[in-house]
Amino acid sequence: MLPSGAVWTAALVFTPLLAALACFLAPRAANWIGLLAAGLTTLAAATMVPTLMTDGPLRIAVGGWGAPLGIDLYADGLSAVLLLMTAVVGLGVSAFAPAYFGAHPQQRPWFWPLWLILWAALNGLYLSADLFNLYVMLELLGLSAAALTALSGGGPALNAAMRYLLVSLLGSAAYLLGVALLYHAHATVDIALLGARIEPGMLANAALAVMFAGLMLKTALFPFHFWLPPAHAGAPAPVSALLSALVIKGSFYLLLRLWLDLFGDLSRLLPELIGLLGAVAVLWGALQALQQQRLKLMIAYSTVAQIGYLFLAFPLAGGLNGTTAWRAVVYLALAHGLAKAAMFLSAGALLRFAHHDRIADLDRAVHRLPLTLTAFVLAGVSIMGLPPSGGFVGKWLLLEAAFQQDRWGLAVVVLLGGVLAAAYVFKVVGYAFTPTAIAQEAESVPLSMQWSALLLALGAILLGFAAPLLLPLLDVGAPFEPIVGMPS
Amino acid sequence: MSSVLVLALTGAGLILLGLHALIVKVHLLRKILALNIISSGIFLLLAGLAARTPGGEPDPVPQAMVLTGIVVAVAATALALALLLALRSATGRTRLDDDNGQ
Repeated sequence: MLPSGAVWTAALVFTPLLAALACFLAPRAANWIGLLAAGLTTLAAATMVPTLMTDGPLRIAVGGWGAPLGIDLYADGLSAVLLLMTAVVGLGVSAFAPAYFGAHPQQRPWFWPLWLILWAALNGLYLSADLFNLYVMLELLGLSAAALTALSGGGPALNAAMRYLLVSLLGSAAYLLGVALLYHAHATVDIALLGARIEPGMLANAALAVMFAGLMLKTALFPFHFWLPPAHAGAPAPVSALLSALVIKGSFYLLLRLWLDLFGDLSRLLPELIGLLGAVAVLWGALQALQQQRLKLMIAYSTVAQIGYLFLAFPLAGGLNGTTAWRAVVYLALAHGLAKAAMFLSAGALLRFAHHDRIADLDRAVHRLPLTLTAFVLAGVSIMGLPPSGGFVGKWLLLEAAFQQDRWGLAVVVLLGGVLAAAYVFKVVGYAFTPTAIAQEAESVPLSMQWSALLLALGAILLGFAAPLLLPLLDVGAPFEPIVGMPS
Repeated sequence: MSSVLVLALTGAGLILLGLHALIVKVHLLRKILALNIISSGIFLLLAGLAARTPGGEPDPVPQAMVLTGIVVAVAATALALALLLALRSATGRTRLDDDNGQ
C-alpha cells in the first residue's frame, strides 16, 4: 500500500491524462469533465503542501521499480510551487473556457483533451527525476502546445503553430542529444546520480551547450524569441494564457534544474552570457511591446520581456547570497504566470466585447467592461512590479541580490524594465478611458470570463502577501543548494 | 576506426546535415524531413554509443530510449504533416510566411 502523499502525487499526472481521454470520448460532457479534472488536480497539488512541509521532499518509485531502472517521481519545494501555480492558472483558464468556447463550438471538442494533456505533461515535467522522462514530458508539452496554437484554424494561426512546432521539435532534439552524451559518459539518466557522477570535461561541456541551446530556444530567450509573439498572439485567448503563463515555465524549470543539479559548476562565462541575453530581452521585449497596435501582440511581447527577468539570476547565483537570486526569479515566474494569464484572459474578454483588439480603439472600455479592465490593471501592477504584488516581491529579492554583489547594471535593468512595463500598461488604460470618434457596437461578455480573469489578477496581487508562506515551501529539499557529494 | 566511432561520426554527420536543411530549405515538407534526419542522427548516437566497452555487451537501456524516441518522432511528424496540410488548404502556401502576425 502506497502512502497517501504518493497517491496524490501520481494523481497530479494521471487525473488530467485520464480526463483528457474522457473528454475526447465524450465531447458533449467535455466542459464538466474538464472542470471536474481541474478541481481534482488542484486539490492534489494543494494536498502535497502539508506533506512536503512536514516530511520533506517526496521520492516515489512508480510501480515499485526504483532508479536507475524504473521511473522515479521527485517533488521538492521548487516542484511544489510550480505545480501550485499551474493548478491555480489551470483552474482559472478552465473556468474561462466554457463561456469562451460557447461562441466557438467547433474548437471546443479539441480544446479540452489537448489542454488536459498539456496539464499532465507540465505536472509530469515538474515531478520527473530522470532526464529521459523529462524529454518525453517536454515533447508531450511541445506537441500539445503546438496543436493548441493551431486551434482557431486561420492562416496566421496555422503559420504560427507550424513555426512553433518546428522550433519546439528542434529544441527537444537538442536536449535529447545532450541526454545521449550524458548517458554515454555516466550510464544513468537519474538526475541525482548524474549530479554525483558528472565531472568537468569536454563531454559535459558539449552536453551543457546543446541542452541549454535547445531549452533557451523553447523558453524564447532573446534572440530565440522570434517564434513567440505570433504564436501567443494568434492563439485563442485561453490558449494564449496557457502558453504564456505555463508552457514557457516548463522549459525554464528544466533549465533551472539542469543548472542547479548538474551544470552549475562547469562554466563561469555562460552565466554572464545568459544574464546579458536576459537583460537585452527585458529591454527589447518591453520596447517592442510599447510599439504594438494590437493588445494581444503587446501582451506577447511583454512575455518576451518578462522571460528576460528569469535569466537575470544566473550571473547572480554564484556570488554572495546567490540563493536569494534563485528565490527571486522563481517568485517572478509564479507572479508572471498568474498575471499574464489574467492579462490574456482580459484580452479575450475585450475581444469578445469589441470584436477587435486594436489598442487605439478601446472606446471607454473602462466604463463598459469595468471588471475586465480592473483585472488587466491589477495584472499590470504585478508585471510592473509595484507593491504589494507578487511581481514586487520577486523584483525586490532580485534587487537585493544585485545590490549585495554591487551589480548595478543588473539593478538598473530590473528598474528600467519596470518603468517600460508601466508605460505599456498605462498606454492601454489610457485608451480604455478615451472615447473614439465613432461609437462602437459591443457584445456582452459572460461573467464567468470576466471573473476568472479578475480572480487570477487578484491572485497575482495576493502573491505579494504570501511570501512568508511560499518561501519556506520553496526551500523544502533545498533545491538551490548544491547536491551533497558533487565535486567542487 | 572502431565501429563506435563510425556510428558516432555518422550520427553527428546526420545531425549537421539535418540542421543545415532545416535552416536553408524553404519548403515545409523538407523542413519536416530535416527534423526527422536530425532525430535519426541522435538515435544513431544513442544506440551507437551504447557499447561502452570494446567487445563487451552493449547496454540495452539506450535501445529502449531509441524505441520511445521513435514513437515520439512518429507522433511529431504526424502532427507536423497534418499542420502542413491544414496550412496549405487555408492559405495555398507550403512554406512559412515571415510576417510577424500583425
